[in-house]
Amino acid sequence: MVRCDVVMANDVSGPIAFRAMEKMGVERVFDPERVVMVADHFAPAKDARSAELQRRLKEWSHEQGVTFYDQGRGGIEHTLLCEEGWIRPGMVIAGGDSHTCTYGALGAFGTGLGSTDIAACLALGEFWQAVPSTIRVELTGEKQPFVTGKDVILAVIGELGVGGATNAVLEFVGEGARALSVDERLAVSNMAVEAGAETGLFPPDDTVIDYLRDRKSRVQGTVPRELGSDEDAVFTQTLEIDLDRLPPLVALPHLPGNVVPIAEATGAKVDQVYIGNCSNGTMTDLRQTAEVLRGRKVHPGCRAIVVPATQRIYREAMREGLLDLFVEAGASVSTPTCGACFGGHMGVLAAGERAVATTNRNFRGRMGSPDAEVCLANAYVAAAAAVAGELVHPADVLAGAPA
Amino acid sequence: MIVEGKAVVIPGDDVDTDVMYPGAYLNVEDPQEMKQYLFDGYDPSLRDRLGPDSIVVTGRNFGLGSSREHVVQALVAWEVPAIVGRSFARIFRRNCVNLGLAIFEAPEAADAAHQGSSIRIDTEAGEIAVDGRRFATPPVAELVAELQAAGGLVPWTEERAR
Ligand code: SF4
Repeated sequence: MVRCDVVMANDVSGPIAFRAMEKMGVERVFDPERVVMVADHFAPAKDARSAELQRRLKEWSHEQGVTFYDQGRGGIEHTLLCEEGWIRPGMVIAGGDSHTCTYGALGAFGTGLGSTDIAACLALGEFWQAVPSTIRVELTGEKQPFVTGKDVILAVIGELGVGGATNAVLEFVGEGARALSVDERLAVSNMAVEAGAETGLFPPDDTVIDYLRDRKSRVQGTVPRELGSDEDAVFTQTLEIDLDRLPPLVALPHLPGNVVPIAEATGAKVDQVYIGNCSNGTMTDLRQTAEVLRGRKVHPGCRAIVVPATQRIYREAMREGLLDLFVEAGASVSTPTCGACFGGHMGVLAAGERAVATTNRNFRGRMGSPDAEVCLANAYVAAAAAVAGELVHPADVLAGAPA
Repeated sequence: MIVEGKAVVIPGDDVDTDVMYPGAYLNVEDPQEMKQYLFDGYDPSLRDRLGPDSIVVTGRNFGLGSSREHVVQALVAWEVPAIVGRSFARIFRRNCVNLGLAIFEAPEAADAAHQGSSIRIDTEAGEIAVDGRRFATPPVAELVAELQAAGGLVPWTEERAR
């Protein structure tokens, strides 16, 4: 069994976990200081049923004395927990959501679990876990223009396949890994699960220490653990990604491992662009989007939805004038939410429609109709598609004079 | 434990939890209602074959994607006793173990099964028979075996928390 430093759940996984905890005959959580609940999936409530789930999340949190982030004060759980100081290098985080692997960006073992697992974590502060193997991903060279962390992880998933890292941890090392900002590392670690991995770790370095410097740690007394692989560690596989030669990529329907260079995907008509989610809804993504949309308009045949991942990001984007720029370009800007990322609400797709999204999954029906298509790409590519109304290399859009 | 039933083959590899249980229904809490949405994005007619005498047979990396427990809760609500596959995604397998649904990663047995094949699983003898052909059950880690013997993570935790 593995001890958890933090246990997290949301409006979908939480209420089911609470019921399982009751069935376990446990009334109180193991440590209220280490438990966080976030209303983000169907928030703001899509219908009465979703509102009921959020009400229960809130009431349960108050009863148990645990931290609860409601809409207007939080955002998408993974981005939120990082920026709120819940995550520190070396921690173990059990999350009732598969993208809990995002915390690997800060050097923490975050891993996604189902609701019954979370119930046991709430009750005992532990989950069952075998020691995973490690796949080392070495990033060499330097990123080229319009290439981001998203492309790095898409390249890895394309290489390993969507099940290639099952029962393994991905570890990102090399000069190219160290050069990535925290926002870009979040995008990389976030999609480790798309290769089947338990988490995607970056050994913590100065970039992480700087990021954490201004953030008050929310949890005291973290169990100290070794950070990064030992000198004599054995890797089941080593992968090298040469950033000098990595182009912007697109994952075509209906698997995140179905990856091609943008050059092989251009020309496909796009009905909706969705910029947001826990992998790519950061300030970095919004600034990249703004670079493309500044002085340009969303194509008349296309709609664009921008979803800042958290309230803090929303506000910073507002201060920087980005939200105004997006609205001016003809995009809609949403309050932070998981929204259409999982086909819940706020921008789901009709049959026959194609979306380009900065999200992490393009499974059939993920964003709405099973007869819709989702292509995954970085924010530059997504924003360029919004302007062109079709998949296009962002350089081609930026080469054209702003309207 | 002995489980017997007819194979319900879910064709293909990499069948994800989104097609099995679309996100729009994630605000459903009652497993009896979840039942009605299982396989909605994939092949709803598969539901007609589910029951206490059906053994679900899958391809490779079955259940990848979301941690949504709804998929396994719905299978349990259909009273499916066991699932045999070429391989499973990590969280999906955990969810099966936690909810007491017997799960066997047995590629050869899975490959041998056709729609409607007779399957007999004898865990004590360590054997899965598919239309009379016998295959060994896969080895299971000690703690997982303990969880399975207890009937899942709920009774196991109940015992420990006492
Ligand atoms: S943004 Fe999407 S992928 Fe991330 S937690 Fe929400 S639903 Fe899951």
